[in-house]
Amino acid sequence: MSILLGLLTLVLLYIVIVQISKASDLIKTLRSGDKQEESFGNSAVFLSVIGFAILVYSIVTCFTYAHTLLPPSASEQGEWIQWLIDITLVLTAIVFVITQALLFWFVYKYHYRKDRKAYFFADNNKLEAAWTVVPAIVLTFLIGFGLQKWFKIYSPTPKDAVLIEATGKQFLWTIRYAGLDHALGNRDFTLVNGDNELGINWNDPASRDDFMADEIVLPVNKPVSVNIGALDVLHDFYLPEFRLMMDAVPGIPTHIWFRPIITTEQMRKITKNPKFDYVLACNKLCGSGHYNMQKKVRIVTQEEFNTWEKSQKSYYETVVKPAMDNGTYKQVEVAPLQSTTVAEMAKKK
Amino acid sequence: METTSVIDPIAQSGHGTEHAEHQHHHTETFISKYIFSLDHKTIGKQFLFLGMFWAVIGGLMSVIFRIQLGWPDETFPFMERLFAAWFTDGKLNPEAYYSLVTMHGTIMVFFVLTASLSGTFANVLIPLQIGARDMASPLMNAISFWLFFTAGVVMFSSIFLPTGAASAGWTIYPPLSALPQTSPGSGTGMTMWLIAMVIFIGSTLVGGLNYVSTVLNLRTRGMTMFRLPLTVWALFFTAIIGILSFPVLVSCCVLLLFDRGLGTSFYLSNIVIGGKALPYAGGSPILFQHLFWFLGHPEVYIVILPAMGMVSEVLAVQSRKPIFGYKAMIFSILGITILGFFVWAHHMYVTGMNPFIGSIFVLFTLLIAVPSAVKVFNWITTLWRGNIRVNPPTMFAVGFVSMFISGGLTGIWLGNATIDIQLHDTYFVVAHFHIVMGIAAFFGMYAGIYHWFPRMFGRMMNDTMGYIHFAITFIGAYLIFWPMHFLGLAGVPRRYYTFNEFAAFSQYANLNKVISITAIVVFLGQILFLINFIWSIFKGRKSPQNPWQANTLEWTSPIEGIHGNWHGEIPEVYRWPYDYSRDPNSDVDFIPQNVPLSEAEKKDYVHH
Repeated sequence: MSILLGLLTLVLLYIVIVQISKASDLIKTLRSGDKQEESFGNSAVFLSVIGFAILVYSIVTCFTYAHTLLPPSASEQGEWIQWLIDITLVLTAIVFVITQALLFWFVYKYHYRKDRKAYFFADNNKLEAAWTVVPAIVLTFLIGFGLQKWFKIYSPTPKDAVLIEATGKQFLWTIRYAGLDHALGNRDFTLVNGDNELGINWNDPASRDDFMADEIVLPVNKPVSVNIGALDVLHDFYLPEFRLMMDAVPGIPTHIWFRPIITTEQMRKITKNPKFDYVLACNKLCGSGHYNMQKKVRIVTQEEFNTWEKSQKSYYETVVKPAMDNGTYKQVEVAPLQSTTVAEMAKKK
Repeated sequence: METTSVIDPIAQSGHGTEHAEHQHHHTETFISKYIFSLDHKTIGKQFLFLGMFWAVIGGLMSVIFRIQLGWPDETFPFMERLFAAWFTDGKLNPEAYYSLVTMHGTIMVFFVLTASLSGTFANVLIPLQIGARDMASPLMNAISFWLFFTAGVVMFSSIFLPTGAASAGWTIYPPLSALPQTSPGSGTGMTMWLIAMVIFIGSTLVGGLNYVSTVLNLRTRGMTMFRLPLTVWALFFTAIIGILSFPVLVSCCVLLLFDRGLGTSFYLSNIVIGGKALPYAGGSPILFQHLFWFLGHPEVYIVILPAMGMVSEVLAVQSRKPIFGYKAMIFSILGITILGFFVWAHHMYVTGMNPFIGSIFVLFTLLIAVPSAVKVFNWITTLWRGNIRVNPPTMFAVGFVSMFISGGLTGIWLGNATIDIQLHDTYFVVAHFHIVMGIAAFFGMYAGIYHWFPRMFGRMMNDTMGYIHFAITFIGAYLIFWPMHFLGLAGVPRRYYTFNEFAAFSQYANLNKVISITAIVVFLGQILFLINFIWSIFKGRKSPQNPWQANTLEWTSPIEGIHGNWHGEIPEVYRWPYDYSRDPNSDVDFIPQNVPLSEAEKKDYVHH
């Protein structure tokens, strides 16, 4: 009923607008006929008031929303990105304000008047050269700064990095730690079965001390190396507070490294939110559950991390080996396919 | 069916003395005149009407999913009564949400802003502005429209499938789009999406080849390339981009169909679903992205160039001034066209591709800002010291420039790969591309419709409704998309069905309500436009022959619209299209292109 009433109101509103508009155009036509007598003064004011109102709105909201944006970057890499954003923001904001203001100012200032003539101004090489060259120079600087940071972010991973592996599947992340030997066991998707969803090759000694974690725990100020993969469809390893993102692609391993610089405890103080937690999200559409594919991330001190790491149990020792012993788990004896790369195959021949 | 005058080479070149209407001896049936017409003006209108239908569908879809994003915790039983298949217990299903998002993007990008925008204005304007009796091949022109229509039928039917329409996003990245077991929408819905797109590309190619050959071959006497209005230049380059890039999307789609139906592994490798390895090896999902964006990025220029061309023309005519830097405008379109082919991988900075390759794309992507900046400065200078008639076409043209500035500048953020690592696929991107390509192209389209409505229908649109339409759309567009920059900078990802699952992303619940309400108001504002449009076709004030006192040839052709476009000979062209206010001592502030140079002018006429 209320919906019907709403629809009725809407139809009435349209009828009123149409009638007023018809009358208003009719009056205008009666006054001037087809001659261009109108001064367009009112509509010029209308357009520039709207334009300047939007300009003010867009500037004011930048300040009112500033406190809702991301807290200070939790990673060193994010700080470099933030630096580039700040520079780009200042430059684009200047251009934005000047061009929008000129646009809506000119529309008002030079609106049609019967007694005026437009100025025939078809081109001016100096002017055009200037506004080709100046943007080109400014952009060259932005390209330079940008690429410098870009290659810094993708610089080789430091040797002392904590090695973890994140694997996405619909709709959760599996996190594997390299354990004390700092090496992850080999994987092959043909080894996958119900007990071994990642397809880990248990014949690889490096796999024996790998452990799975319910949350990502990392020491502060130490580089972290993340091997990223996906089992089924594309996912994206997204750490908003760290300003980092990397796609997870089935069949093509990807990688990033970063250095966390603010612990969860510190960030709770900075954000004045005792419940604050870092989070890993998925940022590549992966199906109907895409919007809720998350994992908690905790950044702790080195001591806390060491204690936590020691308390974690090897997946092989706690799950795989007992199952093998009582015969419920079938071990694949030969490591097939995956360890044989094309290069190795060529070598064998 | 009357086609003789159209393909008659003598009449075509303008030398014919026989009057076009003398050949009108066949009786035209309703079907040959209005449905399977070969007249470019009618085909242009068909593109426009079908585009409007699609725009309403696409807009309605956005209203439905905005209701979900604005009120994720509430139930809407009346919506369930309307769209029973998409709702459960009064709430939109996630699968339906993703289908709606996918179809909204597909419809708006391809059906509205590619087919309808180019199709309408290339058809209406190219022959009339270059002085031709019709397109080079009227038949191909009609085929182009009917392929577009067929593609639409296939796409529209897919919405009613029990498994739902395609739901992998308008970019349909595999493996999600390749494997039906990963998403219901990747079943028959995706097959139909791919088939519809292949048919659609056929339409684009047939149309584009026709536009290019028409511009190159059928210009009237005196119409040199550098006397073409900027609309024609823009539509010309748009067609070239389409011809070069759309075929790549065909192969992209066909290979995906193979992976889906024939068990090939072009895009698939090492896939495990439900604890079982699938027999795909050696493919690359990234290959798909390269192929897709090789079209996908030029596609945004296919969308925006026609709008740019029309805005250039509208601003010059309505400010009674020549467009500033005519040649610079042409060369900047050329620059955008060429550079546009070397920037596609900026959509893929975070796919894990080699950082060195990424750096090349940063270079080209930011360089493309230079010709774009030149265009903006030239538009603003065109307004400077003009005598601007601030009517609805002007408002939408100015609105276009405003949107293009706002959205273009955020492109400088996202094009820089380093910043993209943070902002990729967040709401910042949603804000950027909606403003710079969606809204801006719509504004260009509206400027074009208000400006050339008298040319198409012989009547004027209602100005007052035009002002209201502009105010609602312009203010609404900023209120919807400007705050999305802040969502993006706060890390909120796009393509989320609800933000409630994440503490960090749920802080904007109120803002999302405001955005959704504004989206509904803007949608209702477009209905007002449709009312004005339809009402004016039948009841609008009769248009004089040249309502805007414009120079271009379309206003010399009888305003009621005749087959063959001109009685008798096609007018000859003597000057460029922008002789507005050339003579400060004259009472008349325009000199049409078909007016020969006066004796006084011959001495010192500078061709620009």
